[in-house]
Amino acid sequence: MTVQELPGAAAYRPTPPPAWKPITDPAPLLPDPEPYRVLGTDAVADADPELLLRLHAELVRGRRYNAQATALTKQGRLAVYPSSTGQEACEIAAALVLEERDWLFPSYRDTLAAVARGLDPVEALTLLRGDRHTGYDPREHRIAPLCTPLATQLPHAVGLAHAARLKGDDVVALAMVGDGGTSEGDFHEALNFAAVWKAPVVFFVQNNGFAISVPLAKQTAAPSLAHKAVGYGMPGRLVDGNDAAAVHQVLSEAVARARRGEGPTLVEAVTYRMEAHTNADDATRYRVDSEVEAWKAHDPVRLLERELTERGLLDDAGIEQAKEAAERMAAALRERMNADPELTPMDLFTHVYAEQTSQLREQAAALRAELDAEQDHDEHGPEAGR
Amino acid sequence: MTTAAVTADGRPVKAKPATMAQALGRALRDSMAEDPTVHVLGEDVGTLGGVFRITDGLAKEFGDDRCTDTPLAEAGILGAAVGMAMYGLRPVVEMQFDAFAYPAFEQLMSHVAKMRNRTGGAMPLPITVRVPYGGGIGGVEHHSDSSEAYYMATPGLHVVTPATVDDAYGLLRESIASDDPVVFLEPKRLYWSKADWSPEAPAAVEPIGRAVVRRPGRSATLITYGPSLPVCMEAAEAALAEGWDLEVVDLRSLVPFDDETVAASVRRTGRAVVVHESPGFGGPGGEIAARITERCFHHLEAPVLRVAGFDIPYPPPMLERHHLPGVDRVLDAVARLQWEADS
Ligand SMILES: Cc1ncc(C[n+]2csc(CCOP(=O)(O)OP(=O)(O)O)c2C)c(N)n1
Ligand SMILES: [Mg+2]
Repeated sequence: MTVQELPGAAAYRPTPPPAWKPITDPAPLLPDPEPYRVLGTDAVADADPELLLRLHAELVRGRRYNAQATALTKQGRLAVYPSSTGQEACEIAAALVLEERDWLFPSYRDTLAAVARGLDPVEALTLLRGDRHTGYDPREHRIAPLCTPLATQLPHAVGLAHAARLKGDDVVALAMVGDGGTSEGDFHEALNFAAVWKAPVVFFVQNNGFAISVPLAKQTAAPSLAHKAVGYGMPGRLVDGNDAAAVHQVLSEAVARARRGEGPTLVEAVTYRMEAHTNADDATRYRVDSEVEAWKAHDPVRLLERELTERGLLDDAGIEQAKEAAERMAAALRERMNADPELTPMDLFTHVYAEQTSQLREQAAALRAELDAEQDHDEHGPEAGR
Repeated sequence: MTTAAVTADGRPVKAKPATMAQALGRALRDSMAEDPTVHVLGEDVGTLGGVFRITDGLAKEFGDDRCTDTPLAEAGILGAAVGMAMYGLRPVVEMQFDAFAYPAFEQLMSHVAKMRNRTGGAMPLPITVRVPYGGGIGGVEHHSDSSEAYYMATPGLHVVTPATVDDAYGLLRESIASDDPVVFLEPKRLYWSKADWSPEAPAAVEPIGRAVVRRPGRSATLITYGPSLPVCMEAAEAALAEGWDLEVVDLRSLVPFDDETVAASVRRTGRAVVVHESPGFGGPGGEIAARITERCFHHLEAPVLRVAGFDIPYPPPMLERHHLPGVDRVLDAVARLQWEADS
């Protein structure tokens, strides 16, 4: 039997002993030597003013959302909040570059991206409030559950995009991950699968400088995280993560490329986590204030505002208007989060399996009895039922 | 269970000897033919047909997109299957060997087992993870683990394991059709076991979660599953010479666990031995013994005993016969079931 006759021969390439050439030409895959920028560069001339204004309004809203969510932890209304303050350009752009039929795969820090995609902020924050795990139907919004085990959402995005492509559906998956997450095995496996399958996926790394306390230098020796793409045979793009116009453009191009059937792209956005890892973390233990101060000068909201005001696209009244809209969003969120969520303990047993096992039925009955006794006690005092 | 005697159109069918491996392959084929959302993926499952040849012919019949040779990365395979299931497919993942399923544990524990729960029932994952497991085939290191205890201890997973050719077909069909994730453990030393079986009219199978009495008896109950069933059946035959008439229960599914069938049997016989080759400490036998004691205490004439693999890493092939529970160890345990009133 010759190679051509073998089943599966199409995918099989014999290794030629004498001549060697690379499987993929690495040159076009390499990222730019410096993060790509639009704001304050010549490239801004091509930017759509309406898009810039939309980005501005969303950034202001996003900044306010982060502040409100952090405040809710102090009032005991959220168990914990990992803020994306300083990273709003990435969060907003990730949401805006997708069509409704596309899928977003957020990490645990990316509630803002989900909200910017149109998800009700209360539903986005439900996990962090703690009354249930996922506050929304992922299929309804095409937003995967917020993912806490680092990088594990990345192969899901690949599988989903692959399935959509097999069905002939025009669907792109955009998966978000942090710099720390790129060290996980699932990051490697997902990128490799995506490249081999030519899956319509965009891997979006927010390099915010830290994985909790660990700086990037302890995470990787690669030239940049974007360079990792080359090893998988996909293009890597490096972008200034605080330049909303640049992030939007680079992600849009990656999404368009995926849509054209040309396969996945790895985008690294260089940004900075302005707050501690979460409200429960103390960032002074591992970084100096001067670093944080330096990044303030490169704040995504300020960068965009400066550009827009210099070009006469935005004035003080416009800024005020954006702030007022954000304030209204925050007030509504605050009010709704101040209502106690309704707890449904019996639901603990409802969604373990399609059908409850006999063991779960027994355990549910035991909890039911405990709850009834509690209620009896509350209504009739300690002597009730004795 | 008896083999059906007629085809769908009423013609009589002659059952012919078939191996468990063939029945498993046929179950995959029939599931794929019936449901276009069923996709098989794994290492070497396409062109080669899998290292145990269970997926032989599937890529040829259904194409590479339905039976896919993936890159070599178990977490990636299972993680991709999660995404495929999120999009409405019904993936069947093949892990090449028990010990090589470990890289996929995070995906299994954190996502596959929990997704239905995490999403309040909105996004169940109908994934079947096929894992060849257990020893007795002369495999070198890392090819003979009994990993069922890890899966059993993870709420959200079904854990199913066939011991007969009929069940291999029926339980795999049921597992693939299930809207819950199923870890389908294939006893690899029974892959080549044979029984009369007719692929045109395979026996109907009960829904997963039901144990079955393979051999009725009155003296004591042997409770077992998968690779240890033939050992127990042989032990039951040998026990007749000692005057013991042993009942043998084949669990077929560790999760859900069929308390009813097990307890009914032990109440009848008053004595029980759990037999499996996975290590005893922290193994399935402890859970099963506890469940029996909780339900049948007043019917028990003796403590529930366990015959299990030693609490050691799986031994090298030339020593594995000392590790695997055999007929003699089962009979020794039966002998220790306090038959004398004063013992
Ligand atoms: C598999 C896994 N290991 C450890 C953790 C605990 N953990 C949560 S966030 C985090 C740091 C993540 O850093 P990075 O990926 O850079 O994302 P960022 O927090 O900066 O958004 C760690 C270690 C986890 N969630 N998952
Ligand atoms: Mg980080």
